[in-house]
Amino acid sequence: MRSSAFLLCAVVVAAVVFGLFRLRGDEYYFFAGYVVLQYIVLATAWNILGGYTGYVNFGSAAFFAIGAYSTVALHKFQPAKWTLSVFGWDVPLGFLDPLFPLPIPVLIVFGGVIAGLVGLGTGYLTLRLRGAFFAIATLALAVVVQTLVTNWDYVGGSRGAYILRPASVPLVGNYIEYLFLIMLFLAVVAVATARAIECSRLGYGFATIRDDELAAEASGVPTLRLKLIATTLSGAFMGMAGAPLPYYVTYLDPASGFSLAYAVNSIAMPLVGGTTTWIGPLVGAILLGTIQQIATVTISSAVNLLIVGLILIAFVIIAPNGLVGLVQGWFRKKDA
Amino acid sequence: MAEALLEVADLTKRFGGFAALENINLTVSPGDRVGLIGPNGSGKSTLVNCICGTLHNETGTVRFDGAPVDGLKTHERTRLGMARSFQLPRPFTSMTVKDNLRIPLIYTVDARAKSRLSPAELDERCAELLRLVGLEGKAHKWPRDLTQVEMRKLELARAMAAEPKLLMADEAMAGLSHSEVADIVSLLIRLNERGVTIILIEHIMSAVMSFSQRLIVLVSGRKIADGVPQEVIQDPDVVRAYLGQ
Amino acid sequence: MGIPYELLINAVIAGLLLGGFYAAVTIGVSISFGILDIVNIAHPAFIILGSYIAYIINSRLGVDPIVVSIAMLPAFYVLGAAIYQIYYLSFERRGQEALRSLAFFFGLLFVTEVTLILVFGVDYRYVEAIYIGPTLRFGFVDLPLRMLVPCVMSVLLLVVLQYYLSRTFTGRAINAVAQDQQALQLMAADPIRIKRIAFGISIATAALAGALLIVIQPVEPSVGREYIGRVFAICVLGGLGSLPGTMIGAILLGVVESLTSTFYGPSWAPAVAFGFLLLTLAFRPAGILGR
Repeated sequence: MRSSAFLLCAVVVAAVVFGLFRLRGDEYYFFAGYVVLQYIVLATAWNILGGYTGYVNFGSAAFFAIGAYSTVALHKFQPAKWTLSVFGWDVPLGFLDPLFPLPIPVLIVFGGVIAGLVGLGTGYLTLRLRGAFFAIATLALAVVVQTLVTNWDYVGGSRGAYILRPASVPLVGNYIEYLFLIMLFLAVVAVATARAIECSRLGYGFATIRDDELAAEASGVPTLRLKLIATTLSGAFMGMAGAPLPYYVTYLDPASGFSLAYAVNSIAMPLVGGTTTWIGPLVGAILLGTIQQIATVTISSAVNLLIVGLILIAFVIIAPNGLVGLVQGWFRKKDA
Repeated sequence: MAEALLEVADLTKRFGGFAALENINLTVSPGDRVGLIGPNGSGKSTLVNCICGTLHNETGTVRFDGAPVDGLKTHERTRLGMARSFQLPRPFTSMTVKDNLRIPLIYTVDARAKSRLSPAELDERCAELLRLVGLEGKAHKWPRDLTQVEMRKLELARAMAAEPKLLMADEAMAGLSHSEVADIVSLLIRLNERGVTIILIEHIMSAVMSFSQRLIVLVSGRKIADGVPQEVIQDPDVVRAYLGQ
Repeated sequence: MGIPYELLINAVIAGLLLGGFYAAVTIGVSISFGILDIVNIAHPAFIILGSYIAYIINSRLGVDPIVVSIAMLPAFYVLGAAIYQIYYLSFERRGQEALRSLAFFFGLLFVTEVTLILVFGVDYRYVEAIYIGPTLRFGFVDLPLRMLVPCVMSVLLLVVLQYYLSRTFTGRAINAVAQDQQALQLMAADPIRIKRIAFGISIATAALAGALLIVIQPVEPSVGREYIGRVFAICVLGGLGSLPGTMIGAILLGVVESLTSTFYGPSWAPAVAFGFLLLTLAFRPAGILGR
């Protein structure tokens, strides 16, 4: 199926989902649905790097939080109070005032760009080396970004920041439905992008890196360049997933922005679903995401996370190709 | 006198304090069939890795096709026309045999020509490569389902897919039977007749002698002989190096 | 001269002591990553586990935490051996890519941290011992015993391990298994068993490091994650698998961190380790005493 046709199908499916949710009318579904959609983006983003090229990113929380906190920073930005000094001329930024606070789609782009740049930077410094070093660097990155944000008073530091939702909402009347719609759109874009990559020459290149990087280089694949592309895209999407978060929670502090939940879920969901295709993260996110949303009501969130962690370990040992892998294996046995 | 295709000058490679290669000098002309032999650990694979750019040599230069390639990455050297096959076959396991061959076509041939082969052309080239190495009919097989000799043929086919001027075949025949070895040797001669310069690194003397027009011997990181195969194997230093192991 | 001379000296000394301690934290990874080539990012979790065990027994029975950890060495060794066995059967034998084994250790790291949160909550825990509190004073030089004792223990640990790895048969086999599995098999030693022993030792060191950690500072479950950057930075800096290199790298990091802490504030400490890590990875993957 061509990418454009797939995109169309995905948009249709998304429209149907949105329509069903509206029919149900229960706001809780929009709240919970937002979280699941967010995980679809996170899991898909992680998989572009981890599943396709085999380079593991343990710092998803960092990229996600970069998106969230760039929103906070921009939300608090009041151009009228600032003056830019350019070549000796002072340019008061008050003329930008009507643009602020920026609409969410713009914030998403900002979050994506900044997170993408951080991904590019980290990748540039560490991707010439073994995958293990990249993984370690991302772990350390998560700690550092959290430290930086916690010490940055402008965005609230450890005390956190309160975000007021705008009074008027474009497209739909209800703010939470608006956020849901945005995240739905982002999920469609992420999944469509992942699929487009997978079926393209770039995707083949990624797969060679995963299979055997030395042989890939010897075959003419510019491995460093491809890895940097993957890291940047992956980081950017994670940042985009995080950008609307402050408006969803209305109060953001480092503890919730850098929550362990993001770190483990962005890895567990693709691994449980299956890392070699775009379907895996989607399935994993919907499955694990929904289970966790239901479970949070009945059991504590810490026990919730513990279960996800145990599921991760179990799948890695027993079903390394995830649910998709299990299904593929079952079909192969039928053919044999 | 044809201009040299590959020139290695004063190449030294160290691992910590250990010199894997010391002051290697060699020249290969277009169309040559060169055999490279030496005891285990003499540095043969290290030399190939340095020439390809997988390893960085401390001193010395490598010139390919008249231009220095030091500092270029492996994939850039491949695009210039250098190809190598690996000692232990390293196929792309998540793709079929045919897709394995498409990778060098996409990433080397297309990149070099700055154009794209159409899907039909790609198919045609893959089929031709499979015919060349004797793997017709295996296009849709998975690497894990291939036999040893088939995997080695795939290795060579993949190296050839990059349309190289120079092919370095690193122990392409280890563990194969007599007839399989002869099979690969005649394949390599066929490739050479198509204009590919070949350096064959091997332990199997029968293969080396029947293939090479020139023989280079490496012992403990140093080149101790370089010349006509018949003469080289009678060289007392060479004999001592092998018997002495 | 604007720099307060006494503050500087004390910062450097604190850094030396801290660095000594960091060596104990890192030594396990020097073995598992440097020698066995297993990227055990869960190592800090086992250290924290060791800290908590020291804490429980210290607070219930009043036993000195370091003594507790020494008593725990066999248990941690067994834990390490068991984890290696699972790792070997699931990943090394199957020839699975690094992705799965990294995810496995991450899972362990994560599960350990969350379990500790469930059992102990997120409050900081600390231990009581006679050497926590007193400080030796030589002129203007302060030597807090709660830093000095762990540093000394750490040096002892490294000396013992260095002796073991270079003088005993098993120890030398461990060193050899990194370079040449075939040679080992020819010597009729089972490489798998050797690796299992090595990994067991690696985790056992975590028990001691954990006790030393909780002597130096109060501990809560997420502290482990701060150490991942430090541990691998030291490992790479010191040259994978080299014990003297580990000590040098650890001291270097300790001193730089201490100076940064003293002059720019303690909240920047994790950033220092990360900066170190990036610099070493970018410029000298072979480390200072390279392999």
